Amino acid sequence: MHVMEGYLPFMWCIIWFVISFIIVAFGVYQIKKIVDETPESKALLAVSGAFMFVLSSLKLPSVTGSCSHPCGNGLGAALFGPAVTAVLATIVLLFQAILLAHGGLTTLGANIFSMGIVGPFIAWIVYKGLTKANVSSTIAIFFAAFLGDLLTYVATSFQLALAFPAPSFATALTNFLTIFAVTQIPLAIGEGILTVIIWDRLKEYKPKLLDKLGALAPNEA
Amino acid sequence: MNRNTLILLAVICAIIFIAPLVMYQGHGEDDGYFGGSDDAASEAIESTNFKPWFSSIWEPPSGEIESLLFALQAAIGAIIIGYFFGYWRGQRKVE
Repeated sequence: MHVMEGYLPFMWCIIWFVISFIIVAFGVYQIKKIVDETPESKALLAVSGAFMFVLSSLKLPSVTGSCSHPCGNGLGAALFGPAVTAVLATIVLLFQAILLAHGGLTTLGANIFSMGIVGPFIAWIVYKGLTKANVSSTIAIFFAAFLGDLLTYVATSFQLALAFPAPSFATALTNFLTIFAVTQIPLAIGEGILTVIIWDRLKEYKPKLLDKLGALAPNEA
Repeated sequence: MNRNTLILLAVICAIIFIAPLVMYQGHGEDDGYFGGSDDAASEAIESTNFKPWFSSIWEPPSGEIESLLFALQAAIGAIIIGYFFGYWRGQRKVE
């Protein structure tokens, strides 16, 4: 999902940078508000960020025969929403761009947009929708994490097809989706399961805090 | 969830990631297996005659250093999760 340093036309770097900047700025504001209102959620924020740190460092093999990495963005999205998750993703992506030459500073905006905004946004919608319908939060978090991961890669495919519509947008999109999204399916299932395990423990240890953040289904609260 | 369900989930997860290693046993990077999808995308971009216009300000000088930094990234995340989960578990026992 990382668009490598310099691999996007200048115009697209700027576009994604501007969009991502606005949302990350809103996320910073939200974090301030959450920490002021519920100071005990600081640790949960740290854990959500740390979960992304771990998962996005693991390059895993897929049944398609190539390797990719999960994102870990579903957990933060379910707990705090997409804007806060965008801030956490920015930290992870900066670490990787500066120290690992993985992703890049020019493509930072584009990478934040896919991993920090589109993925978490979908995860958040799915999570809220399912829990509101009284689906157990443990089941809901699986689908949130699964789709958050998968849609992150779908978003990257769209970004690349928009920037490189050769020979046509549709062909380019199919091409990039084949590279990214298909490889990602088993990884996204794995990420879903890992997030479920973490979620189950969180529910066991911090039920009151999860309830306070509005992160549980009404019948669980 | 009870302990057995959690263990079962962890096992399923492990199978998902071990299966490709078994399926493509004997294959490797040389014949096009287990490469990164990020790199595959970069190659697809280069095939449109696009020339990357900026390169990383710093790159890990070798594969060893790169794996060091990736392991460091995972370790930082894992230590934070482990610290808080251990703390919360203890807190709950005291309550």
